[in-house]
Amino acid sequence: MLLSVKNLQVAYGRIKALHGIDFNIAEGEIVTIIGANGAGKSSTLRAVSRLVPSGKETEMTFAGKDLLKYPPEKVVSELGISHVPEGRRLFGNLTVLENLKLAAFARKDKDGVEKDIERVFGIFSRLDERKTQKAGTMSGGEQQMLAVGRAFISARRLMLLDEPSMGLSPLLMKRVFISLKEINQSEGTTILLVEQNARLALKFAQRGYVLENGNMVLHGDSADLLDNEDVKKAYLGG
Amino acid sequence: MTFNFLMQNFINALQWGSFYALIALGYSMVYSILMLFNFAHGDIFMVGAYIGLGVATALLALVGTSGAALLPGWLILVLTILISMFLTAFVGIIVERVAYRPLRDAPRASAAITGLMIGIILETSNILFLGGSRLKFPQLIESVTYNIGGVYVTNKKIMIVLVSLGLMLALHQFVRRTKYGMAMRAMAYDYLVIPLMGVSMNRIAAMTFAIGSALAAAAGILFGLAYPVLDPYMGVSFGWKAFVAAILGGRGSIMGACIAGFMLGFIEIMTVPAIQILNRLFALNIGSNLRDLIAYSIVLLILIFRPHGLFGEAYSAKLRL
Ligand SMILES: Nc1ncnc2c1ncn2[C@@H]1O[C@H](COP(=O)(O)OP(=O)(O)O)[C@@H](O)[C@H]1O
Ligand SMILES: [Mg+2]
Repeated sequence: MLLSVKNLQVAYGRIKALHGIDFNIAEGEIVTIIGANGAGKSSTLRAVSRLVPSGKETEMTFAGKDLLKYPPEKVVSELGISHVPEGRRLFGNLTVLENLKLAAFARKDKDGVEKDIERVFGIFSRLDERKTQKAGTMSGGEQQMLAVGRAFISARRLMLLDEPSMGLSPLLMKRVFISLKEINQSEGTTILLVEQNARLALKFAQRGYVLENGNMVLHGDSADLLDNEDVKKAYLGG
Repeated sequence: MTFNFLMQNFINALQWGSFYALIALGYSMVYSILMLFNFAHGDIFMVGAYIGLGVATALLALVGTSGAALLPGWLILVLTILISMFLTAFVGIIVERVAYRPLRDAPRASAAITGLMIGIILETSNILFLGGSRLKFPQLIESVTYNIGGVYVTNKKIMIVLVSLGLMLALHQFVRRTKYGMAMRAMAYDYLVIPLMGVSMNRIAAMTFAIGSALAAAAGILFGLAYPVLDPYMGVSFGWKAFVAAILGGRGSIMGACIAGFMLGFIEIMTVPAIQILNRLFALNIGSNLRDLIAYSIVLLILIFRPHGLFGEAYSAKLRL
């Protein structure tokens, strides 16, 4: 297993967001966690990124290493886990190119970074056209492309994606997901996708987990989950 | 009331403005990335001035034994400024590390109070170690006065203004053009997701405190050249006034801090000739000791009309993960 999570608990002050969930991902897989608003999807990704602390009994290993020993910036730079956060969180006061360069902050391979930036521009040609534009002035779709591009540059052994479909038109959504699949196939990047749009997510991923009120209630192959009566009723609109 | 008189005041205002601007930058930079005001910053200015005094004295002693011709006064001054900036940067780093980092997630009021405590600790440590007497700052360069069409300018004043402007320009270039400057700008926009870029928040915070403290040290030494008597409380009123400049400039704005620093210098200095003009025109008798009252009432008025300061933005919602 590339990522293995056991008994993950997350709390914000008194509010418990995750009550001890387990999941794991193999190298090269695309896995999704679906769940309603407030189920704890974002908290799960934040805990893996170490942006929020997890409970005392929580165990997380990544490629055989104890994830809990790494501060968040080293989860990116040393373990190779990138995270496209909910709401994209671009640096709106920086240009598109600066946003990409900042994502390479900890990388020492200058040539590699330049090549990767070119590749991002290859995948999302709109970004190339808007290189010198401030990220905050771009459309939602362009911003999502930049958010994915930024993650691609910062690290790509595992990419954590928090609702990348949010606010995108179906057409743009499709483009973003096709690009993600390309990255997964050409780079061997493992992907953990978190979505409210369950149908989209289960069509994209090989396996899925269902999160409800901070508990993992179901998991299985995407095809099985798409056929599951409970999942259909609760998440696929009947 | 002549043109020359006004020019004279104009030059003095530039000098005062330089001090305020250099110190205000430290408040603004720290605020921009951590959303807290470092209320120990005025005392870091004081510490910087004293470190400058120590460095200058040491360098002078060194030169005294090995031939003064080797190190001319201006070179000692340059060295004093550079070495003191470097040393004071560490004071800033330590303050961040012990006073603010443990409180990063605490309520802002706790951090503010901690800052005030650190300020008191710095002041009283100074009294403890140096006895609290006022100390004379060594005059490293000969004072030369130029008479430009009836306006008297000293070489020191020119130098103080030029060095200050040079430092501001260097900071501007650093923030615009370097990788670390870019990280600072990004952190000012959204500090919560900074680690996701592989950037250590602590490193950027330490760097920002270091730069702000180094600038305050430069201000302290320049101040020591212009007004060569240092005392442990020199950072208090100066610090508060520079803080006013930081607010006037707009919370977290680097450009704003510079411009407002100079503006504050102008308002303060120009209030005195303005009082004199008013007195003469209307046969009034306003004492020039009312300077600060009038000057800061003007600042208050500006803030009533521009509550976010000159370059500040209206407050956006609180950041949350
Ligand atoms: N920064 C936060 N502070 C306090 N509570 C939070 C915060 N983020 C999320 N929560 C709470 O944690 C629970 C799970 O939220 P979240 O992980 O964002 O769910 P999801 O991403 O599935 O919508 C919710 O009850 C939410 O209100
Ligand atoms: Mg969420």
